[in-house]
Amino acid sequence: MKYTPKEMMIIAAARKIKNFDIVFCGTGISILAAMAAKNMNAPKSILFFETGAVDSVLEEIPLAVSDSRVMYNASSYCSLVETFGYMQNRNTGKNIIGIIGAAQIDKYGNLNSTCIGEYGSPEIRFPGSGGACDVASFVGRTIIFMKLEKRKFVEKVDYITSPGWLASPDGRKKAGLSADGPTCVVTDKGIMGFDKNSKEMYLSEIYPGVELNEIENNIGFQIDTTRAQGTSPPLASEIEAIRKKSDPERLILD
Amino acid sequence: MNPDNRKIQTIFQAVKTYVKDGNHISIGGFTISRNPMACIHEIIRQNIKNLHVYAHSNGQGLDELIGAGAVKRVEIAYSGNGRFAPTCICFKRMVENNSVQVEDYSNFQMALRFLAGSLGIPFMPTYSSLGTDIIEKWGFDTELRHQDNKIAREKIVVFDNPFVEKENIDRLVLVPAINPDVTIIHAQKADINGNTRIEGLTFSDVEQVKASKHVIVTCEEIVEKSTLKEDPGSNHIPCFCVDAVVHIPLGAYPTACFNYYDYDPVFLEAYKTIASDYKRFMEYLENDIRGTENHSEFIQKIAGDKRIKSIKADLKKGYSVGMKRK
Repeated sequence: MKYTPKEMMIIAAARKIKNFDIVFCGTGISILAAMAAKNMNAPKSILFFETGAVDSVLEEIPLAVSDSRVMYNASSYCSLVETFGYMQNRNTGKNIIGIIGAAQIDKYGNLNSTCIGEYGSPEIRFPGSGGACDVASFVGRTIIFMKLEKRKFVEKVDYITSPGWLASPDGRKKAGLSADGPTCVVTDKGIMGFDKNSKEMYLSEIYPGVELNEIENNIGFQIDTTRAQGTSPPLASEIEAIRKKSDPERLILD
Repeated sequence: MNPDNRKIQTIFQAVKTYVKDGNHISIGGFTISRNPMACIHEIIRQNIKNLHVYAHSNGQGLDELIGAGAVKRVEIAYSGNGRFAPTCICFKRMVENNSVQVEDYSNFQMALRFLAGSLGIPFMPTYSSLGTDIIEKWGFDTELRHQDNKIAREKIVVFDNPFVEKENIDRLVLVPAINPDVTIIHAQKADINGNTRIEGLTFSDVEQVKASKHVIVTCEEIVEKSTLKEDPGSNHIPCFCVDAVVHIPLGAYPTACFNYYDYDPVFLEAYKTIASDYKRFMEYLENDIRGTENHSEFIQKIAGDKRIKSIKADLKKGYSVGMKRK
């Protein structure tokens, strides 16, 4: 069955979600990955939006986290203070998994979604943190979603909006953040993990049909590719989960 | 607070009375949901300038206000509009050409700042943003912070938890309270005294209201006080927090208002073209906003009855089921 790189990317992220995970999702493809997981491998995962909707039943795909579609058939509502409180609170936060994206990432998984150039007079301005910095600060398991491009995977990000492993293996601890940080980076060509000791990014999975040089040529820093395993291609049932059950109108898929 | 028990006003009166040049203003809603658009358009019609705006993730409303040149500075966490604009278009242009000054926080930090304001305390602590440039990079310089006493002297302060032994360092980030001159929100229901019910998610509207010196609530329906009293647990804002209540059906249009109408995907799509072209945006301001008397005339002009019918919410689900969004 044919599939697009974007579909592979969404399915690869969805496979990382387990039953009983509380899935914090942002706008766009991260909502789609969370919806796909509910229709695939993790029907008992719980959707959770920073806007305050918990356990929404999504009959149509929301186009923003504030979309009324997240409000319908939720189990409970809360305010912004409370949603991020659930993450900051170690008791409730430990079961939360975050899915976030950004414009730039470095080898430690630090993310920039604020600007390119000087902060005070930027060449390119992006939307800003939203809840991403909060999720990255509090949640011990985050999945980062990024298209693999040289301008996005850089040696040094122009602005650290959301903390990854910061600048060293014990960077988070020294800064005072939760001990655990980003788990993986899901791209359109493969998946990167973070080394257990150095906390530097390495290639952990490569998608079917992707050549190693396509990965190396699209990354702005050296990366260990020796440990890469092949990702199993999407099953027909997984493709159906995103095309038919999650985004039949292809509002996010296209 | 307006001591008068009857707070019903026209949007013209409410904005004239409570929104002044140079005010610090906070805007309710979240990206494409429940933005107080009618009130924002009235601010544009009355040509109010030099506003200092506070928002967490305001989308459409803030973008139009910025595009209209009404905003001098903004403290914000996020300026995007879901699938319709990864970064709000006027915001992006005006920040890139230095026409508006911006200082960045996270969503939780902005919500905590409104909460601190609502509680009457000067700051709130959190662990969010340790090790990031949200702490390091400031948008406003020391001189400005001294000139305008409504701006906090420090953007953010890193502080050690004083309740633990010194060797167990526990570092926190303190974010300053926000107490706006005026907060504007759009809600589903209010009574003539200002008691207000928000249906669906409240975002940070309640804290924004309670932190503010003055409050304008626009609403879909004015209801009897007795109706609200039938279910007090569903009401979010007591009358004594509100100065003006303005009845404006479709007051959040083109953003969504849960249980009443959806966002208008046709207009939000068209807005991308309008906002991307400075000349076209100026025409939109002159012809469609300043060229109309009020919000209902504006809606008639840019959308019409057929479109409004297409975004009407399903009574059970709260949004327009099966609405064409592509």
